[in-house]
Amino acid sequence: MSTATPSSRHWRKPPFITNPLLRWGILIGCVVYAVWALYTLPFDWARIQEGMSRAQRIFSGAFPPSFERSELLIEGLLESFKIAILATLLGLALSVPIAFMAARNIAAKPIYLLGRGLIITARSFHPVIVAILFVKAVGFGPIAGVLTLTIYSIGFVAKMLAERIEEIDWGQVEALRSSGTRYVAVLQFAVLPQIMPRQIGLAMYQLDSNLRASAVVGIVGAGGIGATLMNAFGRYDYAFALAITLVIIAVILVVEAISGRIRRNIW
Amino acid sequence: MKPTVADRAWSRYTSRQRWTRLAITATVVLAVSWSLSTIDIIWPWVWDAPAQIGDLFSRMVPPDFSSLDKIVWALIETLNIATIATFIAVVVSLPIAYIAAQNTTPNRATLWLGRFILVSSRSVNTLIWALLFVAIFGPGVLAGIIAIMFRSLGFLGKLIGEAIEEIDQRPVEALEATGASHAKVVLYAIVPQVIPTFFAVSVLRWDINLRESTVLGLVGAGGIGVILQGAINTLDWRTVATVLIAIIVLVIAGEAIAAWLRKKAI
Amino acid sequence: MLRITHLIKRYGNGEPVLKDLNLEVPDESLVSIIGASGAGKSTLLRCINRLVEPTSGSIELNGQELTTLKRDELRKSRRRIGMIFQGFNLVDRLTVMENVQCGRLGYIPYWRAALRRYPAEDIERAFHLMERVGIAKYANKRADELSGGERQRVGVVRALMQNPEILLADEPTASLDPVSSRQIMELLQNLADELKLPVLINIHNVAEAKEFTRRIVGMRFGRLIFDGKPSDLDDDAMDAVYSGTPSDEREDTGAAFTRAVTQ
Repeated sequence: MSTATPSSRHWRKPPFITNPLLRWGILIGCVVYAVWALYTLPFDWARIQEGMSRAQRIFSGAFPPSFERSELLIEGLLESFKIAILATLLGLALSVPIAFMAARNIAAKPIYLLGRGLIITARSFHPVIVAILFVKAVGFGPIAGVLTLTIYSIGFVAKMLAERIEEIDWGQVEALRSSGTRYVAVLQFAVLPQIMPRQIGLAMYQLDSNLRASAVVGIVGAGGIGATLMNAFGRYDYAFALAITLVIIAVILVVEAISGRIRRNIW
Repeated sequence: MKPTVADRAWSRYTSRQRWTRLAITATVVLAVSWSLSTIDIIWPWVWDAPAQIGDLFSRMVPPDFSSLDKIVWALIETLNIATIATFIAVVVSLPIAYIAAQNTTPNRATLWLGRFILVSSRSVNTLIWALLFVAIFGPGVLAGIIAIMFRSLGFLGKLIGEAIEEIDQRPVEALEATGASHAKVVLYAIVPQVIPTFFAVSVLRWDINLRESTVLGLVGAGGIGVILQGAINTLDWRTVATVLIAIIVLVIAGEAIAAWLRKKAI
Repeated sequence: MLRITHLIKRYGNGEPVLKDLNLEVPDESLVSIIGASGAGKSTLLRCINRLVEPTSGSIELNGQELTTLKRDELRKSRRRIGMIFQGFNLVDRLTVMENVQCGRLGYIPYWRAALRRYPAEDIERAFHLMERVGIAKYANKRADELSGGERQRVGVVRALMQNPEILLADEPTASLDPVSSRQIMELLQNLADELKLPVLINIHNVAEAKEFTRRIVGMRFGRLIFDGKPSDLDDDAMDAVYSGTPSDEREDTGAAFTRAVTQ
């Protein structure tokens, strides 16, 4: 038994960061940053103070939601579906070659870098930014939407697919190579079958997220339900805007449930 | 009996599989042809699109760096919007996650309240939230911060709530057996188990929010998007190019920091 | 002194898991409870600190009735009942000291628990107990860095930190290697003597039960069918405790239990 005097022992929880200088430095740094950030952000307090009364006006205008112009709503919704379907198909088709380019175990180094570069660029830009550029280039409407979401799909699908290709069972490839099969045939018979199940799952997932995204890119003029919503907002028709939002939520929830079920069955 | 040739014929799929595949293919073909035939597209524009896009890009080079200081400030503002909004959302999402997790929620009513908050937050896109808050608070960073925060709540609350549901219940039982109050059981048996997920999810959301903050400006809710919108409206394509490069740098840097933080924490 | 009378536990409308169970455990005694899986050993222990709610019957600890306590009173009484688990049930990501101090959570204010500012006497007591079982050097280690035997010692110290009036051990050695398992049993044996506590141990290993305890209780399908000294537990008694299935038991209730010694 120890002979230490009872009151001589202390215990403190060992700190998460052992170096006290670093610990306090990080803590003080965070506080300073928070104060500085809040101080430098340009808040327009006079305008913000009107917020409560404005909120009241908006919400009293929004309730009850108005479904009077439901043909416009349905038209926008169907357009969103069309955009999502076409973009998903195009995106999936284009992402296959790009994924092969961006798979380290298959592509030569320069091609690999090019493929990765394409994917990173596609992923870095929020679809809304891509959409606004396409709207400027090809005009308002669903074309811009389809092109935007195609790029959006490539960014995700090609990345996932390239990762899948990088972890394929290499034995199957060698088996075909050793029997003297040509490169393209090797890709078709040894690599494609291994990545197809993933591709189908990704297709469902991407259709789901393209539908969500198509509601947003419409805000900057790329067609679909988002454009309908933006118009309603622009005309201060908050009751219709609320109706559109509710429909978007409902559709997203339903599609999410369906795509989730299909993916569970396939994967 | 000897098997006939027909019995032995090999085929890749059983007939049921074949029918399923046929049905899927038919659905896809139908969906695509419906979309193509009814979509409101002016086809000459489509054929013209590559030329137009090429033209746009040609007008972007070389990028114009003359207003770089303004752009850098806007980047910092974007970063601040994302960081502050994420921080607030992380704090607010904790009680929501707590009531939306089946094993910690006080009763049925709070469970459904929690789930309702999560679903409504998640189903509305950041930009739609931003439209609403710009209408309320006027254009500016506050609308952006609140929009990002509202959208993040659902994401954070859902993932943290799931982490709470998946904890090991045995320490909870052990601490209840020592006579600790419910609040202390939460503090000692639940919080330590959820912290890793909590941290990872917060960093992940910060990364996503950084991307989302770059577009807030397009609906007037502050950040780099305001400059982008301005440059596009004045057809100043060379500045647009600079802004786009700046956004790529910000997003990639954010991703790298997020990856580093995640590695540090594990 | 623990006194259990006419204890019944039934889940839903099924066959009761505990059927009219009576047991008395005086202070300073180590009692092992043996029986096949599903005999109700674990349910019995959990009824005592009401991790499982008894359906009817009475459980008295040092003269206090436990089955009727309301929330706050129950919490106060649980502080007096230490429990040790088969899976240790430590909080893996906390340090050993924090795990040990969990035993004091019922006594200290919330802010002390939150800030880890434990009272000096609790820290002293924790070090004292950890030295007693040989884990003081791990105070700042995370609980999941320890070996199984060491983790169970943390579990034992956590229970002792409560200043318990009784210790309940639910298969404390079932997840341990033979050496650690013996060490934990010896520890429990010594603690019962030193602290003058009643200690109830659910145990699968009959050899350990015979070696380390002076009283063995055998359970079968929710009833006590053996209660005696290790030397009384002969082959027939073992058969009575470990043979049969629940359906056998319903057919010939009582017939096979002639050797059962009830108090």
